[in-house]
Amino acid sequence: MYLPALAAVCFFILYPFINGIKISFTNWNGFSQTYDYIGLDQYTRMFKDPDTWLVVKNTLLYGIGSTVLQNIMGLGYALLLNQSIRMKSFTRTVVYLPVIISPLIMGYIFYFFFAFQGGALNDLLVSLGLEKINALGDPSINTWLIVFVNTYQFVGIAMIIYLAGLQSISKDFYEAAQIDGASSFQQFKRITLPMLMPSITINMVINIIGGLKLFDVIISLTGGGPGNASQSMSTFMYDLYFNRQDAGYAATQGVFMAVIILILSLSALVYFKRKEIEA
Amino acid sequence: MDYMNNRKKWVLSTIALLVAAFHLIPFYILITTAFKARGDFSSKWVFPEKLAFENFSEAWETANLGSALTNTTIITFFSALLLVIFGSMAAYPLARRQTRLNKFVFMLFVAVMVIPPLTALVPLYKLVVDIGMMNTHEIAILNNVASFLPLTIFLYSGFIRSTIPKELEEAAEIDGASTLGIFFRIVFPLLKPVTASILIIACVFIWNDYQFAIFFLQAEEVKTITVALAGFFGENANRMNLVAAAAIMAVLPMAVLFLLLQKHFVKGLSSGSVKG
Repeated sequence: MYLPALAAVCFFILYPFINGIKISFTNWNGFSQTYDYIGLDQYTRMFKDPDTWLVVKNTLLYGIGSTVLQNIMGLGYALLLNQSIRMKSFTRTVVYLPVIISPLIMGYIFYFFFAFQGGALNDLLVSLGLEKINALGDPSINTWLIVFVNTYQFVGIAMIIYLAGLQSISKDFYEAAQIDGASSFQQFKRITLPMLMPSITINMVINIIGGLKLFDVIISLTGGGPGNASQSMSTFMYDLYFNRQDAGYAATQGVFMAVIILILSLSALVYFKRKEIEA
Repeated sequence: MDYMNNRKKWVLSTIALLVAAFHLIPFYILITTAFKARGDFSSKWVFPEKLAFENFSEAWETANLGSALTNTTIITFFSALLLVIFGSMAAYPLARRQTRLNKFVFMLFVAVMVIPPLTALVPLYKLVVDIGMMNTHEIAILNNVASFLPLTIFLYSGFIRSTIPKELEEAAEIDGASTLGIFFRIVFPLLKPVTASILIIACVFIWNDYQFAIFFLQAEEVKTITVALAGFFGENANRMNLVAAAAIMAVLPMAVLFLLLQKHFVKGLSSGSVKG
């Protein structure tokens, strides 16, 4: 009964993936019928290419930066919205809504906000008598904006997972701690945080994978530019294959990307799983 | 916490309101941008005096949104349908009959989950061109199904192992039902909660997909909503109002669906991600 599923996965994922490794040893341009095996040339080229390191640096920033931000904000929101306060469900809905919107469109929405000409941010700055800023065109700012937009979009998932985690902690622990005279901070540190470890693991792993694979929002927000300044490994690969007819090299970058994602996501998984057991 | 004092409650409620306001800003800007007339260069923070509804009709026609929405709907519907059928069918024996081969196949499905979809892109593109399936709904559907199957199988088999009682199936087997019969008449209906989660997760991602659609669906008549919008943005970068109007219309179907089915969405996405 699993044959159709197995066939689909082998044909559309496994076979292309293995073929991708093969192509990474060639000089294929992406459309011609012939190509040569050139050994490790693409790999030595990759490690010497300054663009590789720029793009890896960005990818790590997107992966780790959004993971840190999403978890801090998501946990903060969950703690806040787990209280019996006004506007609770409205706020949850508002924080959660962007999750269902296409990341590509989310990039456009923020483009209207940050654009140099006619963007909302500059409208505000001008009305305050300040200088306009070219946030999307400035490499030292726009990579952080991408982290911010990704966080804004997916903080809702982190929040929901933390809320579910918080609601599964028995009230008895807190009552006992209060009798013992523990402060709110001590309760948070000794009860809430350890009991949330499984939620932290899930959030860390899915956010890190999501951030490292970032593609759509970069395309729509900065187009990877200026130059290659805000490219991720995904957008760089796309560019190499479709715009620069450098398929062999694109495949090499792809293999490298798979290795990085594998190492980072597995380390995060192992590290936080161990914390879970200790807690 | 009933004993929370009033002042603390007000402070926290105000913070929640500020959080909501902060998260609404991008949507507010999107709406004011979309409703400004062509020559209106007033600040994006000011709501337009006269609402330019013509932005919406012009964007709808020039971006070909009707056709894009139809394509997206067809692709999402059939991907989800096949995903549920093949995913649940595959998960059943993998969860129930733990032979050495089945354990290996299950591990294979799990391992495939870690492969970033883009790394297979270069050869996949070549493959699709070679089998002559470029610019067809079918390739988008098959590809979506393949990339979501591992997660689907993972979620279904976890659910079957932990919640479906074996006795029911054994009773049916004694009555002479076939494996497929048992599966579709007894097991599948019991999978409803996890089916709902999978449908929600998969539909959101497939509806929003851009990465694969941009490679395989470039012809005008098969373009999905994200591809149509990206093209439209490229051609009208200096007419933000039109692009914003198009973006609103592209987002609206899912947003309405979300607001109607909010509870299920949140439950589906959180339980899915908790297990996945």
